[in-house]
Amino acid sequence: MSDIKVDAVLDITNEVCPMTFVKTKLKLETLETGQHLEVILNDGEPLRNVPRSLKEEGHRIVGTKKDGTKFHLIVEKGM
Amino acid sequence: MKFTEEQIMRYSRHIILKEIGGKGQDKICKAKVFIMGAGGLGSPAALYLAAAGVGTIGIADDDVVDLSNLQRQVLHATSDVGKAKVFSAEDTLSAINPNVRLIAYKERVTSENVREIIRDYDIVLDGSDNFPTRYLINDACFFAKKTLISGSILRFDGQATVFKPHAGGPCYRCLYPEIPPAGFVPSCSEAGILGPVAGTIGVLQATEALKEVLGIGDQLIGRLSVFDALNSTFREVKIRKDPDCELCGDKASITHLVDYAQAPCAIRI
Ligand SMILES: [Zn+2]
Repeated sequence: MSDIKVDAVLDITNEVCPMTFVKTKLKLETLETGQHLEVILNDGEPLRNVPRSLKEEGHRIVGTKKDGTKFHLIVEKGM
Repeated sequence: MKFTEEQIMRYSRHIILKEIGGKGQDKICKAKVFIMGAGGLGSPAALYLAAAGVGTIGIADDDVVDLSNLQRQVLHATSDVGKAKVFSAEDTLSAINPNVRLIAYKERVTSENVREIIRDYDIVLDGSDNFPTRYLINDACFFAKKTLISGSILRFDGQATVFKPHAGGPCYRCLYPEIPPAGFVPSCSEAGILGPVAGTIGVLQATEALKEVLGIGDQLIGRLSVFDALNSTFREVKIRKDPDCELCGDKASITHLVDYAQAPCAIRI
């Protein structure tokens, strides 16, 4: 995970579903295909739903790191 | 694309959709839609377009709110009776979404002013209740190359379609070449309308308007969607571009806008 260059970081730990996904999606729209977004999110519902929704939209989860009760997700923007 | 937190929250259910996203919502926020009539069709259409965040909504109507309108013209409340429909519409819509820029035209739309009115809009949604206006709006949209979202209702039935002759589709005159004589259409006894039928068709028109803004899906071009409330069915009638159409055909003879005579007792939709 450490060798991936991150182009933007987004903290959605203060958001609840579905704003977690909405905020992530809007941030990804500012990036180019192939660029990477680091998403900081809470365990539980966000961790179950956000990665799944991102995959459904054609993005790739290329890294995950646990950080206490939070998680850091590295998302590679799809087409 | 610089949404405020309020906008992100307000439009989140659009942004979530893969076909819309932030970019699509941005298109909606920049769209300009003109609605002809703040009546049975214009009301639900305007409510949904304002709620959706359409940047500029123009509404033309020279009528005032009448108690008999309230059964289906859901923009207006009992306390609005006697008020100009366009101002009642403005109040309702700005309460729903203060982000929307509303332009009220409290005037009759005629061959004199229609070009000027529709010039600044991307899309025209026709919610008018009479044939002279329908033909006028159709012809003006044809000359100005504006997409026209058409709808009409009668009793328990309604229909909607999209006219985009500048993109190869038919126009209103391809479907109805001759304007019915003023005495022929429609009698006062035909003014009956089940309220929610207006809602169904107006909402269908709003849907097509947003699809046009977003450039998504298969539009109702060359297809007339016909709703039958009593049987709870939608059927589809193909509409072909008429090569002999007086307006959009190869040998078109209509070169300017015409104000047709209004029927003495036009039904008020
Ligand atoms: Zn035609």
